[in-house]
Amino acid sequence: MKAYPLGHVRTPYYIRGHSGVIERVCGSFPNPEELAQMRDGLPAQPLYRVRFMQKDVWPDYGGNPADVVEIEIYQHWLEKA
Amino acid sequence: MGGQRAGKVKPTEHDYADWERRVDALSVLMGGKGVTVDERRRHIEALPPEAYDKMSYYERWIVALTQALIQRGIITTEELARKMTQVERRG
Repeated sequence: MKAYPLGHVRTPYYIRGHSGVIERVCGSFPNPEELAQMRDGLPAQPLYRVRFMQKDVWPDYGGNPADVVEIEIYQHWLEKA
Repeated sequence: MGGQRAGKVKPTEHDYADWERRVDALSVLMGGKGVTVDERRRHIEALPPEAYDKMSYYERWIVALTQALIQRGIITTEELARKMTQVERRG
């Protein structure tokens, strides 16, 4: 996950900078960053569901170590780990 | 705004005020006319931190919708000011 991108990026702050794995491809949708500026958001951007381990996300996580959090993130907001 | 520690979440039951329901309805209607959720969120995120913290959830929404209307040239700030004065007088 890119840590400090500019623009209207919908990635939750708590997950920025963390690594996860792609769980599925959700399809392609208009780019929210462009929609936010009243443009059409085309070409559509691939959206992925990304799986993160809860214990990696929260320093004091007390739940089951196998717990996951899945977040839908656009391709251009991700970077290769 | 965003990414700051907010402490524990306090779950409380609450009912919506009539004006809040109207803001919600207006938001759906404007969505149908092409004001996307992303456009509204951009306006909310552009609020100064003090204003963001002071406003309630639906106050932020109405500010975002108003900003969208002004930016799109659908209403002018002058028209808005005139209407707000009218509403204040009405009490």
